[in-house]
Amino acid sequence: MTLLSVRDLSITIGRMQPLDRISFDLAKGEILGVVGESGSGKSLTAMSVMGLLPLIRGRISSGQVLFDGRDLTRLKEKEYRALRGRRIALITQNPMTSLDPVLTVGSQIDQVARLHLGLAPAEAKARSIDLMQQLRIPEAKAVHDQYPHQLSGGMKQRIVIAMALAADPDLIIADEPTTALDVTIQAQIMQILVELVRDRGLALMLITHDMGVVAQTCDRVVVLYAGRVAESNTVADIFAAPQHPYTRALIGCIPREALQPGSLTGIPGMVPNVLDYPAGCRFHPRCALAQPVCAETVPPLAPAEGGLAACHFAGEIAPAKGVRHG
Amino acid sequence: MADALVSLRNLSRDFHSRAGLFGERRVLRAVNDVSLDIEQGQVTGVVGESGCGKSTLARLVLRLLDASGGQVTFDGTDLGKLPARRLRKLRQRMQMVFQDPYSAIDPRYSIREALLEPLQVQGIRLARGEAAAKVDKLMDVVGLSRKMAEAYPHQLSGGQKQRIGIARALILQPSFLVLDEPTASLDVSIQAQVINLLEGLKSEYGLTYLFISHDLGLVRYFCDRVVVMYLGRIVEIMPAKNATPRHPYTRTLLDSNFEPDPAKRRVVTRLSGEIPSAFDLPPGCAFAARCPRASDLCRRERPELTSSAPDRSAACHHPIEQQ
Repeated sequence: MTLLSVRDLSITIGRMQPLDRISFDLAKGEILGVVGESGSGKSLTAMSVMGLLPLIRGRISSGQVLFDGRDLTRLKEKEYRALRGRRIALITQNPMTSLDPVLTVGSQIDQVARLHLGLAPAEAKARSIDLMQQLRIPEAKAVHDQYPHQLSGGMKQRIVIAMALAADPDLIIADEPTTALDVTIQAQIMQILVELVRDRGLALMLITHDMGVVAQTCDRVVVLYAGRVAESNTVADIFAAPQHPYTRALIGCIPREALQPGSLTGIPGMVPNVLDYPAGCRFHPRCALAQPVCAETVPPLAPAEGGLAACHFAGEIAPAKGVRHG
Repeated sequence: MADALVSLRNLSRDFHSRAGLFGERRVLRAVNDVSLDIEQGQVTGVVGESGCGKSTLARLVLRLLDASGGQVTFDGTDLGKLPARRLRKLRQRMQMVFQDPYSAIDPRYSIREALLEPLQVQGIRLARGEAAAKVDKLMDVVGLSRKMAEAYPHQLSGGQKQRIGIARALILQPSFLVLDEPTASLDVSIQAQVINLLEGLKSEYGLTYLFISHDLGLVRYFCDRVVVMYLGRIVEIMPAKNATPRHPYTRTLLDSNFEPDPAKRRVVTRLSGEIPSAFDLPPGCAFAARCPRASDLCRRERPELTSSAPDRSAACHHPIEQQ
């Protein structure tokens, strides 16, 4: 069942229009990967759903954010506040932006349950410790009374996940949740998130720049480029038969042992500045397959290979190098 | 096998600190008894997680930090015994590219000034035309427009700054570059561009690289040889290609890698536990507490790095059998 449906979402910040008609759906029990380079609009998409755009003086100029059938773009701040943290939770890249350094980590988890679920202090504490154990935090009782600086980065991120889960939300938005962590810890945290989604039937919107993480954890993928959807599809099809040259190029950027030296393709140039978006397809200046039409006409997001792709030549693209048809 | 351009012998570095303002003095051995040959014309990759000592090692190799013990030899010269003036002279041949292109360049310098700074440090004076030609050439070599030399660092993107970092390391025409996570702060697309550039430079100028990274996938793609470090020590050395790990920690690193192929999904890792504090290391193998193969022997006695073939060695009492 679709829990979150973002439809033709456009936002403005001053005279910038950093998101242009973004659309995607996310069902319960599903992990949706939102990928793209820095500046593609991944985090702004998350902020739009969380109703946090006013913080950066942005606003939704058109489109809908349907959550459980309700259009969030029409909510008042007070109504949003009842939703945020309760039914939609956010996990950010740097756990220290979510944790208060002068409070024990346990009391911060307790607070969420007390505020949103109205639990008594003792109940909240027992529940927090239980959650911490589920997240495989060793000696959860002792850790409950510790301060953030006493914990490692991986443990702090687990505390943030525990805070996100404390009010029993339906949707978790995780914005690069493991980027700041060491590889072995990153793997542990992703494993925990995936299990949570499967066991509790949560919906997870995973924002990441790492196509490896996407391949290993997501069910469906939305690829963003310069504020527009380039392509969306199931994870299997995105990797086996990418329909947009940008998706294909992103996959070609990942170094692997099996690749021949010199075969890491990269993408020439860089993501354009929001005030300087090119006409037509915004990817065309960096695209190896660009034709005159690409500089003139914006390609519509149209059905291709079971998914959607915004490319004039979708369907004519060979599969990515080094990735087998699955 | 090629000749060693740089040789490290029993290299160690201690850092001292106190546990709190009036606490006990503590010693952290960031690099512990490391011996390694960096072969001419090869890319040697050092991989490990934070706190494994890889960045300290990078600085010791160029003697940007003094060693607490052991020896670094560059092309037959013992760096530890060199007086400052001769060391500076020798630095023309060995340069470093830093991880953070934002802090490696003085924001008040134009790109041209930043590029020419190493010449000043070395006391090399060029005629104005000569210097301009050199800057133009370097901008071409690293794939930037010549006009950009007049820009200031804040006007450049991360990838462009890292290209400037590389150009600056090249201006003295070194034969050896230490690359300390040169792509860690860049997008994958830009990382691929920079790695491509480094591959091209290596073959064009016959450079030797020491490449420091936390990304085993990248190291296996870019390097000839992989050196795995854990808490200050080398735990395994192996060829980058067509080799399976013998040390359980290398296996763990490999299993933690997210392979970009949804057809090959797996339970990402079964590893539990975290890296212990480097201050009070256990007596035996430092990895024993997290290792699925650990025995009493591992907790009691530290395994020495021993070779099983000419190009590979591991420090493990119970290495993984090779198929």
